[in-house]
Amino acid sequence: MIVLRPSNDAEAQDMIGWAMAENHPLEIVAGGSKRALGRPPRTDHQLDVSRLSGIVDYEPAELVMTARAATPMADIQRQLADQQQMLAFEPPDWRKLLASNAEPTLGGVLACNLSGPRRLRAGAARDFFLGFAAINGRGDAWKAGGKVVKNVTGYDMCKLQAGAFGTLSLLTEVTLKVMPKPETSCTLLLHGLADDIAIPTMLRALNTPHEVSGAAHLPSPAARRSSVDAVANGLGGATALRLEGPPPSVIYRAAELEKLLGHGDRLDAAASERLWTEIASVESLVAGRERYLWRLCPTPARAGAVVQAIRARLASADALFDWGGGLVWLNLDAEDAGPDGGAAIIRAAMGQIGGHAMLVVAPEALRATTPVFEPASATIDALQCRIKQGFDPGGILNPGRMWEGR
Amino acid sequence: MIRMPAPDEAVLARRSEIVDALRRIVPGEGVIDSASERRAFECDGLTAYRQLPMVVVLPETTAQVSEILRYCHANRIKVVPRGAGTSLSGGALPLQDGILLGLGKFKRILEIDVENRCIVVQPGVTNLGISQAVQAQGLYYAPDPSSQIACTIGGNVAENSGGVHCLKYGLTTNNVLGVELVMMDGEIIRLGGKHFDASGYDLLGVLVGSEGMLGVVTEVTVRILPKPPGARALMIGFATIEGAGHCVAEVIATGIIPGGMEMMDHLAIEAAEAFVHAGYPLDAAALLIIELDGCAAEIDHLIAAVEAIASRHGATSCRASQSEAERLLFWAGRKAAFPAVGRLSPDYYCMDGTIPRRQIGTVLQRMEEMEAKYKLRVANVFHAGDGNLHPLILYDANRPGELQRAEDFGNDILRLCVEVGGVLTGEHGVGVEKRDLMGTMFNDSDLDQQTRLKCAFDSESLLNPGKVFPQLCRCAELGRVHVHAGNLRFPDLPRF
Repeated sequence: MIVLRPSNDAEAQDMIGWAMAENHPLEIVAGGSKRALGRPPRTDHQLDVSRLSGIVDYEPAELVMTARAATPMADIQRQLADQQQMLAFEPPDWRKLLASNAEPTLGGVLACNLSGPRRLRAGAARDFFLGFAAINGRGDAWKAGGKVVKNVTGYDMCKLQAGAFGTLSLLTEVTLKVMPKPETSCTLLLHGLADDIAIPTMLRALNTPHEVSGAAHLPSPAARRSSVDAVANGLGGATALRLEGPPPSVIYRAAELEKLLGHGDRLDAAASERLWTEIASVESLVAGRERYLWRLCPTPARAGAVVQAIRARLASADALFDWGGGLVWLNLDAEDAGPDGGAAIIRAAMGQIGGHAMLVVAPEALRATTPVFEPASATIDALQCRIKQGFDPGGILNPGRMWEGR
Repeated sequence: MIRMPAPDEAVLARRSEIVDALRRIVPGEGVIDSASERRAFECDGLTAYRQLPMVVVLPETTAQVSEILRYCHANRIKVVPRGAGTSLSGGALPLQDGILLGLGKFKRILEIDVENRCIVVQPGVTNLGISQAVQAQGLYYAPDPSSQIACTIGGNVAENSGGVHCLKYGLTTNNVLGVELVMMDGEIIRLGGKHFDASGYDLLGVLVGSEGMLGVVTEVTVRILPKPPGARALMIGFATIEGAGHCVAEVIATGIIPGGMEMMDHLAIEAAEAFVHAGYPLDAAALLIIELDGCAAEIDHLIAAVEAIASRHGATSCRASQSEAERLLFWAGRKAAFPAVGRLSPDYYCMDGTIPRRQIGTVLQRMEEMEAKYKLRVANVFHAGDGNLHPLILYDANRPGELQRAEDFGNDILRLCVEVGGVLTGEHGVGVEKRDLMGTMFNDSDLDQQTRLKCAFDSESLLNPGKVFPQLCRCAELGRVHVHAGNLRFPDLPRF
């Protein structure tokens, strides 16, 4: 395997140009923490962009940060924390989930459009992606968007890059909107709710004006595994609702929500942070080895129904609900799931209610044979093909990462 | 003036045949043929540009839209989609050889889904109509462009519309969950739904803000939010623009994201005060209106914090609204700023650049110099929280050469925005108006990639051509693969 390590954009451009001319598909890596996400890479060569790193510009009062794409998330988070700011989409740390010790980078988070529990209220990674510099599969350097928080000049190419898993262009520099960190936070815990009560309860909370910024339900098995005592020691499942903001506001809203939904435990800011980090990173809350983990985005109010429908056919399905039901982690026993990893049953159930399912954790062989991403209709699939063809006609950038054969 | 592409004489010659074909698809009054009736569609909110469309068609169903586009695709006829026609950038400017496809009859609200916090509507429903449909449930739709009484959600999707609340609540793109879309070849697809995020490429994300060039939206699902329990506004006067600018920067650096944060300069204050008598301080060089929303405890906490910041930056006056009526009065002047300025001058030209906020002093200084150069006055209203400027250039179209001077002035302002690190348009779109300035922000390679996206959706460039891009689409040329011989730079790299 050849590993190409550009030290600047011009070199990266040359390398991609070479790969295109010589027909050498490239796997793009920086830290490499998400190599196990998506279909397995099948290229002979790697483009290791980890040297394209460093914060270029950060103006806290402008709410804007520009960084080289391979800047480690740890550096980004540290700089933001120093200014009491944050990435509002709460990028989750999936290293344990994906069995990696590598360093996640900003470009990787954006390329995969990974968002944590606050996505529910604040939006996804893509919603904070303001602009970028990139190199397409033809070796053309290009840029889009801007370095200000409000911009509609030209097509919103940031949306196209976010979630494209590096299949359209290599990101070399990115600009993001950052947000102030809330002054404080607290989490209300309701204990012992069954799934079919917990989900409507979360939706009810989200329909109040109390600005709930996290709404998750941990059924009993998941709750037992939590490192937060109040969650682990409660009776049955735990339903968590997070409130953030200035202290007087959080206190008031917590009391109002308790009046509406009943009293449980209140987690202080520190315990609250621990719980939501745990929910974002998923791993510690789902069962051990020999299992497949699916990530479902259903119509939120139907989350309970979809899990029930799947369980009727896959008894081992173990669920964790985030985003008020808009995100369901489904853990399947490998033996129970069958040769397609449960794909047919899960996708049939999702088809009934609307949404999409992604196979996140599974052995390479399964991720190579079962569609990892939700299959699209023929028309949309053809459209996606034409887009890929336009940006990367030689199939040089992460081929096969999202779909077989391209 | 921006030139539109030369009309296709062959298409013009087939006009009556095309009208007949459209009548077979949309019977009755849905096809508008007479010149006098077509006149109503000759321009949008950018009234300096006018063009009678070849024919207007107003379908009522998705199937009709699909058939119209299929016919136009097969016959190589250009199509300009139109909502309410409130675009300020000429996005809905008709083409002489093109069909104007009006979505005005798509007015139904299809589903209010409170549980999933969303509403499904047809594209001709007005922005305000969405909020009104859910107000009984205590909900609303957050993006609120100032044309919200008239502008439609379909147009909002096309333009990625903003409004005074978008710093806190986002633009259209952050609030749209799904669409039904008819592609130029007549295929009907659905993107998104009631769920979060996309699987595969985020086609919904690129559709929003694509200025009617990628497809025609026939149904939209948007997120609706619970109304904040309360809101109060602060009206703060400053002796200098810089003082107001520093106040805005510190509010945000402190960690406060107000529901709205607007700035007006002296001329805008004067005009607005004369128009609505909101009690604006006429001695101030700059006025900030800062709205804080949430529960009472939060509002009180934040008002005190903002007041303290304002006084540190030399506020000459500061009033907090004591009632809902007073809050609305504070806003009345700002919301009427455009018509108020319109009373100072027969015509005005509204610009829409965004700048990094720290550049506000420099930009206003340079604009003052330009006022002298072009001998035209400018009033400034400014979405201060997100750095989105709306300079209003006052001119009189009846005076020879003045429109051209106003346009040149406006172009200079936008070039200045880009020069200081900003962008050409924050919320109004590129359309016709800023098309030929795209090169100040993007080089050919940047524009080629945008064109590649366009080609994937509309390879013949039939949907809204002549807008956004300075050059007409060259899909065939862009599709070619150039392999540079001699580019074999890494044949001997070490293997690991």
